[in-house]
Amino acid sequence: MQMIAEKIKEKIKELTENGKISRVMGWKKGLYGYDSEPFVFENGDLRDFTYDAFSGANLCKYMIAQSKNDGDGKILVLLKPCDTWGFELLDKEHRIKRENIYALGIPCGGMVDIEKIKKSGVKGITEISEKEDTLILKTMYGEKEVNKKDYLLDKCLVCSSKEYKDCDELFMTDLCGDTAEYDRFEEVEKLEKLSSSEKFEFWRSQLEKCIRCNACRNVCPACSCVKCVFDNDNSGVAAKANANDFEENLFHIIRAFHVCGRCVDCGECSRVCPQNIPLHLLNRKYIKDIKELYGDEDEAALLTFTTEDKEPSVVYERGKNNV
Amino acid sequence: MQTDRGVTAEKEFQPKIIAFCCNWCSYAGADLAGSGRLSYSADVKIIRVPCSCRINPMFILRAFQKGADGVILAGCHPGDCHYSTGNYFTRRRMTLLFSMLDYMGIEKERTRVEWISAAEGAKFSATMNEFAGEIKKLGRSKRLGDLRCR
Repeated sequence: MQMIAEKIKEKIKELTENGKISRVMGWKKGLYGYDSEPFVFENGDLRDFTYDAFSGANLCKYMIAQSKNDGDGKILVLLKPCDTWGFELLDKEHRIKRENIYALGIPCGGMVDIEKIKKSGVKGITEISEKEDTLILKTMYGEKEVNKKDYLLDKCLVCSSKEYKDCDELFMTDLCGDTAEYDRFEEVEKLEKLSSSEKFEFWRSQLEKCIRCNACRNVCPACSCVKCVFDNDNSGVAAKANANDFEENLFHIIRAFHVCGRCVDCGECSRVCPQNIPLHLLNRKYIKDIKELYGDEDEAALLTFTTEDKEPSVVYERGKNNV
Repeated sequence: MQTDRGVTAEKEFQPKIIAFCCNWCSYAGADLAGSGRLSYSADVKIIRVPCSCRINPMFILRAFQKGADGVILAGCHPGDCHYSTGNYFTRRRMTLLFSMLDYMGIEKERTRVEWISAAEGAKFSATMNEFAGEIKKLGRSKRLGDLRCR
């Protein structure tokens, strides 16, 4: 990975010198080496630039604000395969000024979840480095080597495709790791099979953790309204924590519904959730339903229809076996 | 209720049912049921909307929040929409929303979509009676209610 980061840096320098780009949207080294964060590098200053196993953040949504001003020149954005799907959506919905962006597809071998490492009992991490498929954890109590595969982000566990979309240039993308063999609908199916009260218990136990930080909304490439329904003062739910279980349910049902048919399943909502709520399971349910009921369509499912669509009663018939 | 022994007995459960009726078909259907002297459950409260497509999923959740025990949407038959295509969108939208409510463990019997034309007064009253009966059996909606609104 370090080698890739160096190569990307060289590529950036080359593009800057050619006058193709003026700024770079990438990841900046954090304090500990496992907390890289999105950052805009200006004036060719790439000192803190990094691209490591913790660069899981999807940068495409920052392009809404970054591509706004024509006078700023082009911004380079680094996109992993699953990031490009959200990028394509933003482009399709005219939320970004595509002409102000230079999209560079970069290889991805799966990103690591630091929370999973911490949960496994490793304490006092001071530095993390990578060597092919192993992570070398330097801690206050000595060094430890672990298998990177065991600590991947949830979204990488169900990595479905390494296809790049809407990129200006692909860079070293033959270095991509493999896609996962897990079925991404497996968890949804498991939940569907539960009884009504079990489902209710499950979602209650998850959603009651919600602190309404709105991170899931802010990170979502499909949630790009200029004014969000949850910012409407008249709604009674704007800019405040959920008052009770109804508001928790309301927020998540509506959030999932608003991206229904447009969600690209990038898994960012679950990654950013500070309370570890598996929000992708809500979105994935819609994706599964749309696939089953309406087939694979290019257009957003709720923006179109056919006269032969199934009646809403299909919902009752489907679940008749499990009460 | 005060009985002759002075014991307070439990009142019979009266469900609150919200029926969103489209102006052009179902609302007229309700009218026809009325002028035809067909009775339907008094627990059903009708809200008139210009088209079934006007109904935002938020409306349905809001109804449950404010204490509704069942929500039914009634619109023109697919193909007969006054605005040509409105109810086709409703059909998709509500299929997906109801599926999600079911997925989250909210009893799916509490929500329903029916197509009732302006000529179907009898269907209107029969549907509402049947729906009201089902909600009565299910009892009070607890999973998607808001205690502050009780």
